[in-house]
Amino acid sequence: MSGAVVFGMCGVAVVGLGLYSLITNPHPLRKIIAFNLVGSGAFLIFGAVARRSATTAFSGDPAPRALVITGIVVAFSATALAVALLLRLFDAAGSATLGADAQSSTADDASGR
Amino acid sequence: MSIQTALELVLAAVVLGLAAWAVAARETSAAVVGFIAYGLLIALVWVALGAVDVALAEAAIGGGLGGVLLLSAGARLRENEKRAAAERPGAGARLAAAALSAMVAAGLAVAVLRLPTPAPTLAPQAAANAAATGMGNPITNVLMAFRAMDTLLEKFVLLLGLVGVWSLAADRLWGGNPGPRHQADPLGLLAFLARLLAPIGVVVGIYVVWTGADHPGGAFQGGTVLAAMWLLTMMAGLTDTPPVSSLRLRLVLVAGPGVFLVVGLAGLLFGAAFLSYPAAYAKPLIVAIEVAMTLTVAATLTLLSAGAPEQRLER
Repeated sequence: MSGAVVFGMCGVAVVGLGLYSLITNPHPLRKIIAFNLVGSGAFLIFGAVARRSATTAFSGDPAPRALVITGIVVAFSATALAVALLLRLFDAAGSATLGADAQSSTADDASGR
Repeated sequence: MSIQTALELVLAAVVLGLAAWAVAARETSAAVVGFIAYGLLIALVWVALGAVDVALAEAAIGGGLGGVLLLSAGARLRENEKRAAAERPGAGARLAAAALSAMVAAGLAVAVLRLPTPAPTLAPQAAANAAATGMGNPITNVLMAFRAMDTLLEKFVLLLGLVGVWSLAADRLWGGNPGPRHQADPLGLLAFLARLLAPIGVVVGIYVVWTGADHPGGAFQGGTVLAAMWLLTMMAGLTDTPPVSSLRLRLVLVAGPGVFLVVGLAGLLFGAAFLSYPAAYAKPLIVAIEVAMTLTVAATLTLLSAGAPEQRLER
């Protein structure tokens, strides 16, 4: 069993865990963390795929790895935007939940600021 | 089973355990700490996969900047915890979600295990064409030359993300400084650390950018280290974020994509295609783009972590 298989399976399991948390965890910040876990697992699968072609001359395929570096930075900027949206909602409405009844009560508070 | 495989299995198990902790922990702050530890250990996984460049990026962003962002957000949202907990879905919905997640994971597992052998790879082509740029690090070559379009577009995504964050400012605060002004004891440990670490960190960051031409490193990784140092001095209360209306700041923010775009268009006018570098000037051009990109990445990541403008502009 090579490192590519071990960490590929690890990435698969992280995607599964993150997806479950994304659906079931009601706290929006926890959903953001869960989404990051799904992304991180997908990056790991990419890394495992890049590693499969490793030979004595090359440590793996550089193209997927370069994509992952780009992906990490983009994922961070998306996370920062999501966190900023969440904090703004919390400041404007005094609570930040995604429930159906929460939305109607936030609408009139948000206009006042 | 070799020792290497055993170590890999242990590392994978610890990473999975931390991911499970980040999912299952009751307190959000505990989950955030678990996620930061996960980000640091995932960097070790990337080292084990032979991708040191990715490990550097993951450690700096997953363990550093992302941790600061999530920890400060978690602290501000503490009152929200109970209200959100009341919306926890019932056992049936949780079971369905678990079944769905398991199915997705099983599908992915089959895909990973049934990948074709021998694995297709672009490594020989990347090595064969390295002479065209004069740089020895294949990942830097892919990022800056072979797939430069991806990197250029990513710069614009970063900028758009920051525009999105800034646009969340309340009207009366527009133009002011992002994030709260941090207060810390000027003679305290944090201020001491910031004074001690920041100069060293700046040197390390610049070194990581420069060495990226031939060894693991590059503009993202170095820029992220610089961003972490800037954030550290802000959190220690030694400096404040620059106001978002500052022209100088905005010039730094567009420098990276701007230089990149100008070089790309010059390739269209004088060379073979958009983003084609003339062979004689390939390395100096790439280094020029990387220097501009490093400044932009450092400033953008710092301000993304700081958040929307929250201090009134002093006139």
